[in-house]
Amino acid sequence: MDLDARYLLCPMPVIRVSSVIGRMAAGDTLTVHCTDPGALHDIPAWCRLEGHEVVETRTEPSGDIVIVIRAGG
Amino acid sequence: MENRKRQAIVLLSGGLDSLLAARLMLDQGIHVEGINFFTGFCVEGHTHAIRRDRKDRAVRNNALHSAEQLGIRLHMIDVIDDYKDVVLNPRHGYGAHLNPCLDCKAFMVGRARSWLEEHGFDFIVTGEVLGQRPMSQRRDTFPVVARESGALDRLVRPLSARLLPPTLPEREGWVDRERLLGLSGRNRKPQIALARAYGFDYAQPAGGCCFLTDENYAHKLRDLWASRGARRYDFDDIMLLKIGRHLRPHPSFKLIIGREEGENRFLEGYRHRFAHLWATEHKGPLVLLQGDANETNLDLACAITARFGQGRSKARVRVAVGEPGGLTRERDVTPLPAHALAAEWYL
Ligand code: SF4
Repeated sequence: MDLDARYLLCPMPVIRVSSVIGRMAAGDTLTVHCTDPGALHDIPAWCRLEGHEVVETRTEPSGDIVIVIRAGG
Repeated sequence: MENRKRQAIVLLSGGLDSLLAARLMLDQGIHVEGINFFTGFCVEGHTHAIRRDRKDRAVRNNALHSAEQLGIRLHMIDVIDDYKDVVLNPRHGYGAHLNPCLDCKAFMVGRARSWLEEHGFDFIVTGEVLGQRPMSQRRDTFPVVARESGALDRLVRPLSARLLPPTLPEREGWVDRERLLGLSGRNRKPQIALARAYGFDYAQPAGGCCFLTDENYAHKLRDLWASRGARRYDFDDIMLLKIGRHLRPHPSFKLIIGREEGENRFLEGYRHRFAHLWATEHKGPLVLLQGDANETNLDLACAITARFGQGRSKARVRVAVGEPGGLTRERDVTPLPAHALAAEWYL
């Protein structure tokens, strides 16, 4: 599943992730697109607390930040 | 049932007081989870909302960092829409600027109470300290928060509890009152000593927990209401007030000028909503125009855009003007001379 959180300031990307991931099955992946570099810290921190796994973090040539999360149980 | 582990929801702001309040509950074997409300006005020092050159700012979300140090879950909740009524119509009025602290506290504790009922938790905890804040943390306003939120005596303030009437969790013995604190006043030394004892790393108080306590932000918000002839706002309005330089060269329009790459990038997200300008041959800001994009206003906006870019000393600078989400035209303009940039335009 994909989530467009571009142009949202922190902590909105985390809030969006939490509402989407809550509806996903364990093991499913969510690809989040953001522009606020604060998300690079917040999303992994929130995932650690909630038991989800960040499987990939990359910055696209456009500057967009992409974070791939595998939902925990 | 009687011996089950009691569960508390802590309003975790990211500041030291709520971090300590949560920790005191964990020390008593209570199951604790954090809740954090995003009103849209919260100060998040690590986002584009603050320029990159402000190296003194935190690089992380403080509430998340508190939760990580405590090892507890954190529920981050968007209350932007419901919070509007708190900002626009506070029953108890404003503090020094546009901060409706007492109504805000009652609102947040009230939302925590709804959460508690939904999730079968037992009580609510805040980091409030008696006498610490002039508006919302006074002996006479503590009961107002408890009453208006509907939390009543399920609201525990562990840092000042010994100075307050016993709450339900204390009377029932879920929480040992003797192990709670009796702090009061504005002296923060006891909290700092406790933080050190626990080995906590915490955010330094940055004035207030939200932009509504910021004089300049409040001024910009009032200007927005005045320009609209109505006290209303949407989410994008209040986000944009955190970003860039704001200039109102004429009552009919305002410019938002990016101060660095990160802000320009953020402002790009609004090109579909507002006329936007940028110099095509020199480095410089992306500028949004809010209001009437008539030719006279655009002429001035172009000259100001050129003024804030690296072509400011050139005779002519090429500036592109994009219509909201549409066509782009280019024009050659003379950058506005420094002396013509009126101080009263700055919001
Ligand atoms: S400073 Fe802002 S967030 Fe904090 S209590 Fe006052 S209005 Fe609410």
